[in-house]
Amino acid sequence: MLSRVADSLYWMSRYLERAEHTTRLLDVNLNLMLDETAASAERRWQRVLQALSKPKDVAWIGEPYSLTQALTFDTENKASILSCIIAARENARQVREQISTEQWHRLNSLYLQVTRPDTQIERRVEDFAKGTASPGDFLQSVMEAVHQFQGVTDSTMNHGEGWQFIQVGRYIERASATALLLEAYHADLWEHPERIGEGYEYLDWMGLLRSATAFEAYCKVYTADLTPKHIFEFLLLNEEFPHSVRFSIDSVGNALDKIQGDSGKSRAMSLQRLSGRLKASLSYSGVDEVLNQDVVSYLESIQAQCRAIHTNIYELYVDYSIQTALAG
Amino acid sequence: MHPAQSSDIERAALKNYLLDHAYDEMFSGPGNLHSHCQQLLEHFASLPMEELQRRKQAADLSFLNQGITFAVYGRDEGTEKIFPYDLVPRIITAAEWETVEIGLTQRITALNLFLKDIYNEGRILADGIVPREMVYTCKHYRRQMAGLQVPRNVYVAVCGTDLIRLESGEFVVLEDNLRVPSGVSYMLTNRRVMKRIFPELFRNYNVRPIEQYTQILLGSLRSLAPEGRPEPNIVLLSPGVFNSAYFEHAYLARQMGIELVEGRDLVTHDNIVYMRTTNGLRRVDVIYRRVDDDFIDPLAFRGDSVLGVAGLFNAYRAGNVTLANAFGTGVADDKALYAYVPDIIKYYLSEDPVLNNVETYLPTRPKELQYVLQNLDKLVVKAVGESGGYGMLIGPQSTKAQREEFALKIEADPRNYIAQPTISFSRAPCLIGDELEPRHVDLRPYVLFGDKVTIVPGGLTRVALKQGSLVVNSSQGGGSKDTWVLSQ
Repeated sequence: MLSRVADSLYWMSRYLERAEHTTRLLDVNLNLMLDETAASAERRWQRVLQALSKPKDVAWIGEPYSLTQALTFDTENKASILSCIIAARENARQVREQISTEQWHRLNSLYLQVTRPDTQIERRVEDFAKGTASPGDFLQSVMEAVHQFQGVTDSTMNHGEGWQFIQVGRYIERASATALLLEAYHADLWEHPERIGEGYEYLDWMGLLRSATAFEAYCKVYTADLTPKHIFEFLLLNEEFPHSVRFSIDSVGNALDKIQGDSGKSRAMSLQRLSGRLKASLSYSGVDEVLNQDVVSYLESIQAQCRAIHTNIYELYVDYSIQTALAG
Repeated sequence: MHPAQSSDIERAALKNYLLDHAYDEMFSGPGNLHSHCQQLLEHFASLPMEELQRRKQAADLSFLNQGITFAVYGRDEGTEKIFPYDLVPRIITAAEWETVEIGLTQRITALNLFLKDIYNEGRILADGIVPREMVYTCKHYRRQMAGLQVPRNVYVAVCGTDLIRLESGEFVVLEDNLRVPSGVSYMLTNRRVMKRIFPELFRNYNVRPIEQYTQILLGSLRSLAPEGRPEPNIVLLSPGVFNSAYFEHAYLARQMGIELVEGRDLVTHDNIVYMRTTNGLRRVDVIYRRVDDDFIDPLAFRGDSVLGVAGLFNAYRAGNVTLANAFGTGVADDKALYAYVPDIIKYYLSEDPVLNNVETYLPTRPKELQYVLQNLDKLVVKAVGESGGYGMLIGPQSTKAQREEFALKIEADPRNYIAQPTISFSRAPCLIGDELEPRHVDLRPYVLFGDKVTIVPGGLTRVALKQGSLVVNSSQGGGSKDTWVLSQ
């Protein structure tokens, strides 16, 4: 497969995952906000920003709807949902002949839907505040579209190398995003239980689970008894839940093995070592062990390892020098 | 002008359908349908307008959702537009097509021989049939190609020839496109959409299929592979996603199952071309290139090109890679050289041209220059180096100031202009708003040349959607319609 194509498929997938994550985070918090006091609003939205890695030029100015506006529709902000969808579609357009017509239709329809000029009117902050328009409908439709895209991708595209690069992109993005989400909640809530208002524990921890679509899946394992330790264990170390860090890293590793097998690389050693080490550390750690160390730096180290894996993939498959390729 | 309707049922749909002196694709005269259009018109007239509009919207939406769009240069916003699609198919009878097919085969064969000749012995120049300076002053002449052997002596593997119909109904050649002709994906997708929205009508006509185009193209490209490469790696080289024809590049690559590459995907080493894959470098044997000569190799041609591949020309010269089309084919579709094509056909094939040219005046010939300058109000003047409907003067529709401006330009650089009589080429019915109205159309069939010449029965019919307009180019408000070649 062409290196450029792998690059585009990888980023198409990462951008969509990012759009979905941001969408869900906003949807969940806009909903929970209705139940809380104005005083805790600031902390909530600062935490959301933290979990999104503090996008440039977006700040909390005391108004949830204008923050939602900036994170959703502002194309100046490269991390906004709209920007991510545009970027994903642009990447798909560059590899139009590599993806199935069904995939393209689904993604292109999403793009046309979110960039349609007449939807701009439904996006005014005043209307959100007055309740005459709701960002919720928009966010729901984006999530549905992304899920449909994933389904169509799985059922209409060859599960060959290109599909594997799509998996790598999705899961590496998901692993970092979940680690960052845990970090934000850990720093803000877990270390400062006094910040949680009387009677609000349940809502706050449910918010964390729902931000990773994990609420129902968690309850099946631990019942609706929400304890921080179990939540942490579930989102970090659960082997079967598709949004946990461990599941994501396992998926990255599997896809990389397939890619390496397909292209018969012997020089994939350092990449294998990186992803294998992270995978092993998540597979063989217990939650107490993790919680006994500096949790924030542990989570940051997971994100740093994801970045290193990304860099290695690029050096190996995409951005290699001609000299090494000819010599090999 | 005469109203065209022949019966009550047609009257409603055709109240704006006025015939003039141009050939009409549907009516042979007032009240007289061409027999092969009878069913078509009856079918359209029988459908309620809401139903037609519903089908038109379905077609437009299908183009938009498939991303079948083109980019218009020189505009900031709305860079992607759908190519307007007209619902009424254009029908060509079996007999008409036979002439077109024979004529185009003859023409491409002669033009290929001409290219081989001018880049090698130059007999036609020595014999004075075509003036030397006509060839050497052409900006598409590539001296780098001199003495170079190309596989099977095929210079032009893909050609799109623009035909128009005169008032008599005769097909004539308006222009040859021998460099990187585009539009074939519209021919193929128009058909696909048409079959979906008018299955009942389609079934009643014996329309010859065109879907085999991509397979034949792939076969032609394979037959041109360098010797000793039995399993050639064939790629399509595109300038990238910002090119106006990107959709087509992606479409063809997908339909042929070959890689779509950009210049940055290719590298050359020791005169071998490779593509960068996730599994290291892989050798490339045949490049179906959709990048112009000028931009294809910054070492051999334009140094500021970022679309090309450094060293590609040397690899080509060394015979390690085939390019389709070859470099330097543009010299044979030069608008001034066009006037010599009938002589070229006679010279190489000792045959009379089956398809005639449009009468053409060359300002490089003093007598014709004088005629052109005196008759600017009646002629169409085209700049030789321009395409896409840019740089044209349409005499009867021009202002005095425009004519004076062109007169100065022609005198200053006579080699750069040609003039032709203003031809009111044929008109076909189109759905404009809620009415069927006649609009001018041309026809671009696609000729493939590998181990033999093949022409898929059909082509792209382009429509000048503006009333009275003679410019069919998509960049100037043109549209297209499906083209049916009947088998009997």
